[in-house]
Amino acid sequence: MNLHEYQAKRLFAEHGVPIPKGQVSNTPKGVREIARELGGRVVVKAQVHTGGRGKAGGVKLANDPDAAEKLAENILGMNIKGLTVRKVLIDQQATGGIAQEIYLAVLIDRAARKPMIMASPAGGVDIEQVAEETPEKIFTVHVDPALGVRSYQTTYLAHAMGFPKELWRDFHTIVVGLYECFKENDASLTEVNPLVVTGEGKLMALDGKMSIDDNALFRHARLAEMRDVDEEPASEREARLAGINFIKLDGNIGCMVNGAGLAMTTMDVVKLFGGEPANFLDIGGGARADQVATAIKLILSDPNVKAVLINIFGGITRGDEVARGILAALEQVQTDVPMVVRLAGTNAQEGLEILQGADMITAVTLSDAAQKAVAAAKGAK
Amino acid sequence: MSILVNKDTKLVVQGITGREGQFHTEQMIAYGTPVVAGVTPGKGGIEVEIAGQNVPVFNTVREAVAETEANTSIIFVPARFAVDAIYEAADAGLKLIVCLTEYIPVLDMIEVRAYLDNKGARLIGPNCPGLLTPGEAKVGIIPGSIAMPGPVGVVSKSGTLTYEVIDALTRLGIGQSSCVGVGGDPINGTDFIDVLTMFEADPQTEHIVMIGEIGGNAEEKAAAFIKEHVTKPVTSFIAGRTAPPGRRMGHAGAIVEGKSGTAEGKIAALRAAGIPVAENPDDIAKIVAERMGLV
Repeated sequence: MNLHEYQAKRLFAEHGVPIPKGQVSNTPKGVREIARELGGRVVVKAQVHTGGRGKAGGVKLANDPDAAEKLAENILGMNIKGLTVRKVLIDQQATGGIAQEIYLAVLIDRAARKPMIMASPAGGVDIEQVAEETPEKIFTVHVDPALGVRSYQTTYLAHAMGFPKELWRDFHTIVVGLYECFKENDASLTEVNPLVVTGEGKLMALDGKMSIDDNALFRHARLAEMRDVDEEPASEREARLAGINFIKLDGNIGCMVNGAGLAMTTMDVVKLFGGEPANFLDIGGGARADQVATAIKLILSDPNVKAVLINIFGGITRGDEVARGILAALEQVQTDVPMVVRLAGTNAQEGLEILQGADMITAVTLSDAAQKAVAAAKGAK
Repeated sequence: MSILVNKDTKLVVQGITGREGQFHTEQMIAYGTPVVAGVTPGKGGIEVEIAGQNVPVFNTVREAVAETEANTSIIFVPARFAVDAIYEAADAGLKLIVCLTEYIPVLDMIEVRAYLDNKGARLIGPNCPGLLTPGEAKVGIIPGSIAMPGPVGVVSKSGTLTYEVIDALTRLGIGQSSCVGVGGDPINGTDFIDVLTMFEADPQTEHIVMIGEIGGNAEEKAAAFIKEHVTKPVTSFIAGRTAPPGRRMGHAGAIVEGKSGTAEGKIAALRAAGIPVAENPDDIAKIVAERMGLV
């Protein structure tokens, strides 16, 4: 789960990371009021879960409350990469300007199986770009969870950032805070880009990004409440609540599969035979008929879908249970979208018998099923 | 021969009285797996009759090991208790622990893995279908009916996709030495290289099938390892060529982040190491048959 910038920065601040004074609002009037309270120049920043907000015109500087209100009128409601801006953060501008910008993040290094601190003196730009063009400008240290961040590690990074010795202690506090924030909240990423040195020689986190491990949300009620449901497509939300893994895509062949690996593979094979998948959908292991029915309804709620491909290899999931779910869904939703069903494994034969009365195209192998679904989608136009 | 589990395995089932635990214990016993004990805190002292066999239930793994000499554990415990169950099994001295549980937080797994390495214990999983040595033992949920004993070692991050491949091999009359599901989480107990090493040393295994997916760089590392250290032929498949970047595809570990973890990168690394990568899972078994000179 991704957090908004303002949520991330407030969590960072709880761990001693300095952030600009700021407030969030969803109306231009509110923005004006906040700008007036903060005084001086402010930055108005769109709060949406995507990068490139600045390039899209979603981050602007205002000299006074009037200007802030005008900017907010423009930014609120703006569409950035398919997401509507519903909130803006109004931050006080750093006093004395910006002397230096760096990148700082805590993330998980899967290969080393440890949290890793990554820093770069090339701050304020996309870190992927830095990694590609100037990898020598990226510096990392691994954190042993039993030891935490040690001062020799932050000294190494501070020196690599070109910070004067006077800043090392403050930098250490920030790195430790960012790591503690990462650990305490079960984050998969805490990122500050940029961390700046202000004209007054102080370190400050101007922008923040944070992702939480979905698997750990059960022990973080406060974070779970921070989920912005407006940022999640309605269909994905419904799927999440039903315990189904669903991701909407742009194609026209709806896919329902058991197991994440097989669901990805089904999409791949659809594409291999010239089709475009409309979604990724994994009903999980041991899905019940009602979950299958929800899944079918979700797929059919997408008007782009011209054919449905159901691919089930039963292990703990039973073919007969899936078949009952398909019939239940078809009783609730009228559709003339052609459906291709491929059942294998546990109780596949029983499942196919249950589906005999229904108008279904059956297939034996995945390739066979994918080809039939691609043909059906083309036939439907 | 086989790897990890066989007819000498003595299995303790953690979470044996739960719905999942009971159902799959029945399947494992029916397959012929030696299940010697179960553990459910608070239910110690009873015996449960599963698949015509009486299995003693203990409160702790420690007691189960002391009483039954169990040497392997399988964990059917919900995510919020599974981490404790893994520590308990390792602390009781077990050297092989199979955890099927999905949704374990990744920061927990970092600490679990460090603890297990220190103890010299091996974890398979989490979030995996477990182990199957056809004809000998099933420690997990891979359907026994689709497998048969033979020369191909199968290792995979996936569950049902693996069944698909095992089934296709069996249909062509090609049996399997052992099937290992290592799981689709970002941090797990056993990776491709560990299993490749075991298959390389296993006299029964003549050919290896490795099934990967997007996310991380375990496939790239495996490719480099195979080139240097594996003499047996390896055939591969990578799921997720069409996955959009930045979206987690079901498995916690299956995500393309920036330019890392892509299917293209993995396929290129494998092919550069001389490993054939099937375009379609239906072709894996055919490629294996051809390379084994069976067609």
